[in-house]
Amino acid sequence: MTRETRVAYGETLAKLVKENQNIVVLDADLSKSTKSFETKKVAPERHFNAGIAESNMMGMAAGLAASGKTVFASTFAVFATGRPFEIIRNSICYPKLNVKICATHAGLSVGEDGASHQAIEDVAIMRAIPNMQVFSPCDYNETKAVIEHVAKIDGPCYVRMGRGKVEDLYEDGTEFDVTKIRVLSEGHDVCLFATGLMVQEAMKAKEELLKDNIDVTVVDVTCLKPIDETGVKEIAKRHALCFALEEHSVIGGLFSALADVLIKEPCTRLIPIGVNDIFGESGKAKDVLEKYGISKDNIVKTVKEYIK
Amino acid sequence: MKNIELQRHANHIRKNILDMVYAAQSGHPGGSLSATDVLTYLYFEELNITKENIGGLDRNRFVLSKGHASPVLYGTLTEAGLIDEDLKSFRQLNTKLQGHPSMKMLKGVDMSTGSLGQGASVSVGMAIANKLDNNGHNIYTLVGDGESEEGIIYEAMMAGSHYKLDNLCFILDLNHLQIDGRIEDVMNPTPHKEKFEAFGWKVAECDGHNFDSIRQAFDIFHNTKEQPTVIIAHTVKGKGISFMENNAGWHGVAPKEDEYHKALAELDEMEAKLND
Repeated sequence: MTRETRVAYGETLAKLVKENQNIVVLDADLSKSTKSFETKKVAPERHFNAGIAESNMMGMAAGLAASGKTVFASTFAVFATGRPFEIIRNSICYPKLNVKICATHAGLSVGEDGASHQAIEDVAIMRAIPNMQVFSPCDYNETKAVIEHVAKIDGPCYVRMGRGKVEDLYEDGTEFDVTKIRVLSEGHDVCLFATGLMVQEAMKAKEELLKDNIDVTVVDVTCLKPIDETGVKEIAKRHALCFALEEHSVIGGLFSALADVLIKEPCTRLIPIGVNDIFGESGKAKDVLEKYGISKDNIVKTVKEYIK
Repeated sequence: MKNIELQRHANHIRKNILDMVYAAQSGHPGGSLSATDVLTYLYFEELNITKENIGGLDRNRFVLSKGHASPVLYGTLTEAGLIDEDLKSFRQLNTKLQGHPSMKMLKGVDMSTGSLGQGASVSVGMAIANKLDNNGHNIYTLVGDGESEEGIIYEAMMAGSHYKLDNLCFILDLNHLQIDGRIEDVMNPTPHKEKFEAFGWKVAECDGHNFDSIRQAFDIFHNTKEQPTVIIAHTVKGKGISFMENNAGWHGVAPKEDEYHKALAELDEMEAKLND
């Protein structure tokens, strides 16, 4: 089954808003796209539109949180992290306020809208702020678990979601610890660490590589900050060659987060497969991912090159 | 409280500001002194913050959106008996009296500020929260005139009016000076009255150094329903210390020893006059 992660966001948040009177939801004129409007159906009095004014939305979020509310604020990833960056830094993260920035339409897979709307540096800039925790779920059920998790924990969080439908990797009822990495498929020698929709690409690449008797391990990294240092080190001990797969710039995202851990470990190579410090362009999501080197075929090709 | 008592408190607060900035050899005296009488009125007449309720949310709250005027906030909280910090620790390592206020470090700071424009936006969220909680409390936000060059101020104005936040009161400290010179020369944000009115706000004006005038402006806020209020306080940057008055050079500069003693002598003279 294929479903949008943002649909999981809207449904889960609507449930949480019904259960918890303390949750307030903000959006910036994109509630139908981010799916935050689902909460408006159940608690219209706690859904506020900031209009097309993302900076003020983050300021309002800080004010509500400073008044004891748990605040969910949504818009597209570019506008959620770029324009209001410094409000997030100074008014949300510095006072460690309870604001959950749940951004959708992240990455190149936004597709047709083109580079202006394709956030490829959002994780980098959110990871860089003290007190901020960063999550990048890969499918419907994992997104549900992440939203429930961030609603429970204290302090600012950034949740990165995409636009398009992605295949389910986890069955309904799966139990998650979203702060830990998760081995989806055990292999030998080579490990693919992946986040977001690249987890699905990694699983497809694994199937293809098996045809050439290359059996890779696939690891789903949901929490990009704080990264599961123990789990990553443990995997690295068993794999001399690791890849970091992300629909994000190779600067500041999963590759950087893994490198921060693995550079201190002996004898592990880490190769980035991400957006190579370049802006994207319009096109069908699948075509854009292919052209910018982060689809299944590119993963297979790159792994084979390094194994040689 | 009688005006003479408010004037005495204000003079003490001005001394606190002078002591802090002199001890730190760092900080912003000019915009602290221009806002001193307004903060005096707020903390002694308007806010009803006590030692008992200061730690919680069940009270009126104040946001110093022009966070660089932290000396007037710390000086006022001290004069009102709400905090008991060593003012000479201002801006020094391990102090609770950060250069720009931190709500995590000091009880009585209702929002961390320092980056201009943000406090105005945050106070809109606080006022919405008060409406949701139906608690009857108000949010008071001091905005600088130079600060009103920030675009987020206008986003906050739009939202405050859209959500009919009659529990939100901005006070604009119109002292006409910013670091690089006169606001009209650097980037003219005037006319404020017409702009706020166009955004749907109630506008009250006052002499920001006259307590009767300040009181009348807050009366207008209390009598306004369904819309937020801005009080345009006409003030003098550096007010109370003659050589600092109307001089942009004193925006973010600490007095040297001779200047400190000269300033202190002026405030002592005022104290004697007020006690006469």
